[in-house]
Amino acid sequence: MNELAITVIGRDRPGIVADVAEVLARLGANLTDSTMTRLRGHFAMTLICVGPTAVEVETALAPLSVDGQLLATVREVTPDGETAPAGEPFVMAVHGADRMGIVAAMTRVLAEAGGNVTDLSTRLAGTLYVVVAEVELPAATAATLSSRLAEVAAGLGVEVTLRPAEPDVL
Amino acid sequence: MSGAADAPNLDPQADAYVGLGEWVPEVVGPGRVVPVVCAPEPVLSRPGAEVDPTAGETVRLAADLIATMRVSPGCVGLAAPQVGVGAQIFAVDVTGHPKTVTGHGVFVLCNARVVEATRWKMGREGCMSVPDLTGDVKRASRLVVEGALPGSGETVRLVTDGFEARALQHEIDHCAGLLFLDRVAGAHAIYQRKVYL
Repeated sequence: MNELAITVIGRDRPGIVADVAEVLARLGANLTDSTMTRLRGHFAMTLICVGPTAVEVETALAPLSVDGQLLATVREVTPDGETAPAGEPFVMAVHGADRMGIVAAMTRVLAEAGGNVTDLSTRLAGTLYVVVAEVELPAATAATLSSRLAEVAAGLGVEVTLRPAEPDVL
Repeated sequence: MSGAADAPNLDPQADAYVGLGEWVPEVVGPGRVVPVVCAPEPVLSRPGAEVDPTAGETVRLAADLIATMRVSPGCVGLAAPQVGVGAQIFAVDVTGHPKTVTGHGVFVLCNARVVEATRWKMGREGCMSVPDLTGDVKRASRLVVEGALPGSGETVRLVTDGFEARALQHEIDHCAGLLFLDRVAGAHAIYQRKVYL
């Protein structure tokens, strides 16, 4: 069974998700995990599906791109299999005046602590820049990491918070 | 913020407050540990039927819910649909949980309904019947619930807050055929549940 990574990016309009999903359903491709948002107004969707070959999907998606408004890419990926044991879940939130290098500096601090970003959103709204990252941290590293993040954030003139995102199992 | 709408009668000493009274979990007797079903099992998505709290089968189901909840690690609540029975009955026990403020110990409620819900807060929830996902869900952190106790059938009113309030809303939802997935805060508010070793 082929596992495919598909991205669709371009000018937003109603019906893109339905168009893409319909093409995949017609090919018998099983849409598994997907995410879609608008980034600065651009439609942006990334998804994983299993079933047909990359060429079959590429050919079937091609009509969506003919007007030059959408770009679809299809690539075969190897299933990752079992993932490594996860760390403890945290959410890092950063906000402040926009400047170059906020994401680079803050995520580097996370990486140096062995943190793995599992979800990330950044938004620029006027001059305000916002970063929200879900991150898995090795056990007992949060306190040290928190102070290191605060130092780096102070250098950038932005605010940072790191809080646990442990779910309550009910 | 204050005001009549946001100020329910939450005083445990007030007349409106009943609590569990003399009820103790022992009244339902020993239960069996029964299998927990997972979504997409249809029973989880159907509203449960009202039960007769004094019926023998209700009391036995109450005992089974308590027994199954007790052997499930980290389990603070279990509703009948989660053990494959489409009925409005659930067990809760938040004793010892670090987030518990008010707690009523181990108890079972039949045909429960929310009377007052205020101070809504977002929190991340997981569920034994949706083992691989978690989601951000808004729940009332001050809650008044009414329901019947299994055995005596007495109607009680519980006033609670924080974690027990969240657990009660989660279980009452199960009895209505709703999962936390039905209340998730947005398209990017569901997460793969992390597995800790």
